[in-house]
Amino acid sequence: MCGVPSLEADLSDVEPVPPTPAVRLEGVVKRFGDVVAVDRIDLDVREGEFFSMLGPSGSGKTTCLRMIAGFESPTAGRIALGGRYVTGLAPYEREVNTVFQDYALFPHMTVAENVGYGLMVRKVPRADRRRQVADALEMVRLPEFGERRPAQLSGGQRQRVALARALVMRPKVLLLDEPLGALDLKLRQAMQIELKEIQEEVSLTFIYVTHDQEEALTMSDRLAVFNRGRIEQVGSPAEVYERPATGFVAGFVGVSNVLEGEAAAAVAGDPHPFTIRPEKIEMHELDAAVDGDSCSATGHVREVVYLGATTRYIVELDAGASLVVMQQNLATSSMEALQVRGKAVRLIWRRSNNRPVEAPAGALEGSMDQEEAQAS
Amino acid sequence: MESRAVRIAIRIGMILVLAFLYVPLLIVVIYSFNNDIGQTWPIDSFTTKYYALAWQNPDVRVALGTSLLVASIATLLAFVLGSLAAFAVHRFHFFGRNAVSFVLVLPIALPGILTGIALNNAINNYRIPFSIWTIMIGHATFCIVVVYNNVLARLRRTAGSLIEASMDLGADGWQTFRYVTWPAIRTAVIAGMLLAFALSFDEIVVTNFTSGTQITIPKFIYDNLRQPRNRPVVNVVAVIVLLVMVIPVYIAQRLAGGDTTTRPSRALPPAAQPGVP
Repeated sequence: MCGVPSLEADLSDVEPVPPTPAVRLEGVVKRFGDVVAVDRIDLDVREGEFFSMLGPSGSGKTTCLRMIAGFESPTAGRIALGGRYVTGLAPYEREVNTVFQDYALFPHMTVAENVGYGLMVRKVPRADRRRQVADALEMVRLPEFGERRPAQLSGGQRQRVALARALVMRPKVLLLDEPLGALDLKLRQAMQIELKEIQEEVSLTFIYVTHDQEEALTMSDRLAVFNRGRIEQVGSPAEVYERPATGFVAGFVGVSNVLEGEAAAAVAGDPHPFTIRPEKIEMHELDAAVDGDSCSATGHVREVVYLGATTRYIVELDAGASLVVMQQNLATSSMEALQVRGKAVRLIWRRSNNRPVEAPAGALEGSMDQEEAQAS
Repeated sequence: MESRAVRIAIRIGMILVLAFLYVPLLIVVIYSFNNDIGQTWPIDSFTTKYYALAWQNPDVRVALGTSLLVASIATLLAFVLGSLAAFAVHRFHFFGRNAVSFVLVLPIALPGILTGIALNNAINNYRIPFSIWTIMIGHATFCIVVVYNNVLARLRRTAGSLIEASMDLGADGWQTFRYVTWPAIRTAVIAGMLLAFALSFDEIVVTNFTSGTQITIPKFIYDNLRQPRNRPVVNVVAVIVLLVMVIPVYIAQRLAGGDTTTRPSRALPPAAQPGVP
């Protein structure tokens, strides 16, 4: 501000100006009648990243996606795509494309006509169109399926056609609304890997809506956790998992224990709520030694769930509350694991693994049974 | 054994109902080939000469022309107004939407005689001369309903995401209609129009209240039913009506039934949500 600094000097030691975000939401609000589906959301999605919107049904993630696509207009706030405000524009005026939850393939058209639809509307010459459609079908590994009808395809194949139909438009941002939700587990896992590969291949910005935390953790570069129309936390999968900002995030992303009030005070010496991941806790005999860097709590094993590679214990603490403990079955067999039921144990974990959280654990309840109307 | 008895009872019941519905029609068809002018059973000899006679009868020709013209124009009116109304009611939430929907459907529930009297009053009131046009307008009142109901039902069954997908891929409103919406509702529109045509073709109650001196086919039948001399010709004309009715209704059924297989695909299997803790 004072004087004119040398440009070169500035560029060398000042952090570079962040590039224009692919998508920016500024104070976006969406109300349906009395229901606030999206409640003042600010969000930047970076160019070329795989960004997930994770949350339970009715948390506002799908509504957010639909506002970016242009199917809903925000009650308040602004939306920018690539640095240009598009808040009031129709879907066909935006350079984004959507893969729908139900795929929305046109039933009266062949696969090739479906994939070529956007190009036809855009008046791309027939020969070009045919080549691009063939390339797109090649990319989703359905090169021989051009002449089939959607009704003749399996769920996974329809999903790929929907993906090809959106990708062929070369959008700036691809929006995916729970695209794997209707597939069975095996197929879903295979498609997760494939989607991620395609995203890296075309280096597009993907915004991916899902309620499956595992899916969000495996696929995303970054993710936003939605709850009741708000974003609770934005970060990389590791950040969100290791350092959940709120009790809700801790509970929704992976299994987590939240201790608060008296139990927290008894165990950690402070009533402020904190979370501890089940896999960070060790289970020992009652008389095990505890060093100064560790927290410790005694209790009884109430439940044992043998999971093959691991065993999950639910331990009723003497200080009240209960903790889920996950142990690798390094030397334990199922018989040995199950015999632990009812036994008095001492739980020990490193104090540094405690994560203080803001909202009380009670926020976990209620979020699941919110109405699903605006989510679907 | 009991279920067998029930099955037989149901079968007999079904045969009786079908006989009740179709035997009279069959008798009309048989009588149209009766050589004898008197309608006596059993029929002595068969002939097709009354078909030739009916074809040469100028009254029949005029009545047939009038009926076809009325049905065609009423169907066209119904197509335009009925499908536009269906789109409006489906797409927009406006004040009085349910009232509009109710008013549109009412004429089919209302006895024809009420519609007839009301129209007759209105036509007299505004001193509109009774003509073939007043018949067409009268018929359009109930033809609109048929098109409207068919199109609205199909629109409701078509997944909304198809329209959104089209818009998402860059198609504006008109292109989306042309490439996605119209192909989806086309058969419903045609089915509705065929039914409307069939309804108009055999209508007599509203016709009587809205026509002047024009003779339609149903009016011709009614006027000549009591004259023994014309009985054979009336039978032939009745068979023609039967054909003009049955063919469009059959095609309409096929068209409307064709989309019962396209289920709305929004529903997800419950197994698809294991990730929610």
